[in-house]
Amino acid sequence: MENWRHNKLAFAVLALPPTAWLVIFFTVPLIIMWVYSFAERGPQGQILLAVNFANYLRAIEWIHLGIIWKSIWIAAITTVITFAVGFPLAMGIAFAPQKWKNPLLLLVILPFWTNLLIRTYAWIAVLRTRGFLNFGLEWVHEKLSVVLAFVGLGGVMGEFQPLELLYNQKAVVIGLVYVYLPFMVLPVYATLEKLDKSYLEASLDLGAGHWRTLLSVTIPLALPGILSGCLLSFILSMGTFLTPDLLGGTDSEMIGNLIARQFSSSRDWPFGAALSFLLLYLTFLILWVRASLAGRQQGPV
Amino acid sequence: MAATAETSRPVRRRGRRRSNPLDYSRKTWMRLTMGGAFFFLYFPIVSLIVFSFNDSKRNITWKGFTLRYYEKAYENSQLHETFLNSMIVASISTTVATVLGAMLGLALYRFRFPAQGPYEGMVHLPIVIPEICLAVAMVAFFATFEIPLGLFTITVSHIAFSIPFVAVVVRARMAGFDRSLEEASYDLGASQWQTFWNVTFPYMQPGLVAGALLAFTLSLDDFVITFFTSGPGSTTFPIKIYAMVRFSVSPEVNAASTVLIVVTLVLTITALAIQSRASKG
Repeated sequence: MENWRHNKLAFAVLALPPTAWLVIFFTVPLIIMWVYSFAERGPQGQILLAVNFANYLRAIEWIHLGIIWKSIWIAAITTVITFAVGFPLAMGIAFAPQKWKNPLLLLVILPFWTNLLIRTYAWIAVLRTRGFLNFGLEWVHEKLSVVLAFVGLGGVMGEFQPLELLYNQKAVVIGLVYVYLPFMVLPVYATLEKLDKSYLEASLDLGAGHWRTLLSVTIPLALPGILSGCLLSFILSMGTFLTPDLLGGTDSEMIGNLIARQFSSSRDWPFGAALSFLLLYLTFLILWVRASLAGRQQGPV
Repeated sequence: MAATAETSRPVRRRGRRRSNPLDYSRKTWMRLTMGGAFFFLYFPIVSLIVFSFNDSKRNITWKGFTLRYYEKAYENSQLHETFLNSMIVASISTTVATVLGAMLGLALYRFRFPAQGPYEGMVHLPIVIPEICLAVAMVAFFATFEIPLGLFTITVSHIAFSIPFVAVVVRARMAGFDRSLEEASYDLGASQWQTFWNVTFPYMQPGLVAGALLAFTLSLDDFVITFFTSGPGSTTFPIKIYAMVRFSVSPEVNAASTVLIVVTLVLTITALAIQSRASKG
């Protein structure tokens, strides 16, 4: 690394154009939003600049607090399930033979590279009333009825009722777990991969079973990666918009949808700006926690 | 020779036996769990792709192979137009974002300067903030300066969020660069520009290609920011698909989606291959 003073011209040529672009088309829009978040909404939805905290206070009104709380709740459940699915997957890859590791990792990342909209749409096709899942269940139901009729219990099963799987909170959680699974698997895999396997061998040699080794050796040692993965999938699910928009129903509006609504049908930009900044502050807080945890991990050792 | 073979054999065998209990990937329960997780990851996409070839409008039972829906999607002039829009936006956005991102990546790799920490935080922010926040901020920005929403506003927003991704890739590539090569070039009388063009740039190239492919995929795939910054007449491919999805699940949407999946997968795999070959070489 060279001090910028030694070569001011090269530094300016390299740094100025991208900085200018980012300042104009990223920082300035955020500043405008921040200013709007203190403004007032005029009768036609126009923005009257002002300095008041009414928008922020409105965000913690009961009705909106409910949506924020629901977002946190959905994000938390998503994180737990993502961990439950992602941890075994990461462990399986980390302990796989060397030549299998990269192909398996690629398999985890590959869906992540297909369009978010299409991945979400794919779940609509699976979960809807006439979707693949209900179709499979109906097939099982039919076969079971035949078997039951054969042993003289015909009619016990009744007509097949397709399950209402789509347009509710469960569908949103499934969609979110699906989308953010790689964000859990990758950091957990990274720590498991670096972990000194002789600790696990020592634990097994000293008579602990696999479960005990997992709970008291593997998981504590992999904790930085686990925390990182959990925090990542939490903030990503918190700020989501598309998944609840497509898979959710009236009961599963999240903060992202609330923000989007202020900028479309409700036309209350100042309130939307305030909500957006609340979401940003929360994101920063969690990122800061993650960074300081990572820093502490690297520090003393 | 014989002695080493004799001593090495038992050691190897003991090593194998000791690593055995940790060989979790050989255990049936682990294989089942992993199989389940991969099924969960691939079932929706694979069924979407498979049923785009299904000769049935109801889309549920397999009625035979057909390319009818691809023809239908191909003949759909709106899909054509929106695909073209997406390509225009992605091409321009990739070109500009690659140049600017590479400059940023080089600057971050090469220089120490005051307020570096906050600066790095600022330029990497587009990667971490929720998409919806960026989307509505762009809308507010364009409205404030009375810029009509259209392909231009979409492209500008795409460039803004692609720059940091390109910068990260280029910087990672440059981390393995041997600065003494540049010094040698200066010593041999080359100017700064000649050194950059003949020494630094060729080394940077794989990072540049990977960054460009990443920017292209990001732009082609983006929905949320595009949705908010698009105006009448500037519908892109994902937004058209969104409109069709809201309307109904149809094999035609499956066909259009499959095309987009294939395009992005080919681009991504190319990018990964270039990156891994470069890191080996």
